[in-house]
Amino acid sequence: MPIPTVYYLVVAAALFIIGTIGVVTRRNVVIILMSIELILNAVNLNLVAFSQLYGLHGQVFSIFVMTDAAAEAAVGLGILIAFFRNKETVNVDEIDLLKW
Amino acid sequence: MLMNALPMLALFQTDMEPVAPRFFFYMLSGIALVSAIMVITRKNPVHSAISLIFTLLSLAGLYLMLYAPFVAGVQIILYAGGIMVLFLFVIMLVNLERNLKEEQFNRQWVVGILATLSLAALVAYVYVKGKSVFPDRVAQLPESLNVQQIAIGLYQNYMLPFEIASLLLLVAIVGAVVMAKKRI
Repeated sequence: MPIPTVYYLVVAAALFIIGTIGVVTRRNVVIILMSIELILNAVNLNLVAFSQLYGLHGQVFSIFVMTDAAAEAAVGLGILIAFFRNKETVNVDEIDLLKW
Repeated sequence: MLMNALPMLALFQTDMEPVAPRFFFYMLSGIALVSAIMVITRKNPVHSAISLIFTLLSLAGLYLMLYAPFVAGVQIILYAGGIMVLFLFVIMLVNLERNLKEEQFNRQWVVGILATLSLAALVAYVYVKGKSVFPDRVAQLPESLNVQQIAIGLYQNYMLPFEIASLLLLVAIVGAVVMAKKRI
């Protein structure tokens, strides 16, 4: 008896929720970026689980999602380094130059 | 003309032996979820990064169980090997001792957790109500042809998105260099 697709979807939803909690509660930018990676991985797991039902398109699309994740990590960490050089902090609630 | 080039193998079978016993599914998803929780609760970012590596590796195992060996390999090489090294480098660059003594969660954490749990309740409601939408039968995709079929998909059906992805990576490289360099 193979494992039903819904099980994979539940695991992916749990990963997505954990990643969202990390994004909205943590202060450290590095951990927020890691939580975004968790969210993207949850989406990838959904895509691959559906590719078991509807053909290989989901696996091809998950490759594109991984490309996006790599680009996002590179640019996000570049922004983080540029910011850290100016303000010596990695906490998001101290990044308030545009707030008055 | 090319829309049918990606072979859609619809060998629906219900009594096929799974690729790995059910125990492995529970073990891998348990490791993935526990280390995902550790990612968002650890104080030291290095510990979070190592937990994230465990999550990524167990997700690669789940991809193998889903007959997706190419995606599993790309996951290990690109995520666990590439992106996580980048993360660890940046953690080493910006790590502060005083950061460990500070408050790790922001002021809105109660509201954030409540909002996210309501999202979780919505997802759970949808999955409980719509469980019959997802069919139980699974297409057994032949593993030996997986890489060839994904290559056919990438270079025929999804040729334009593939080129756009290469442009995106070029922009990301230039953007990261421009951001992180002191004077250009």
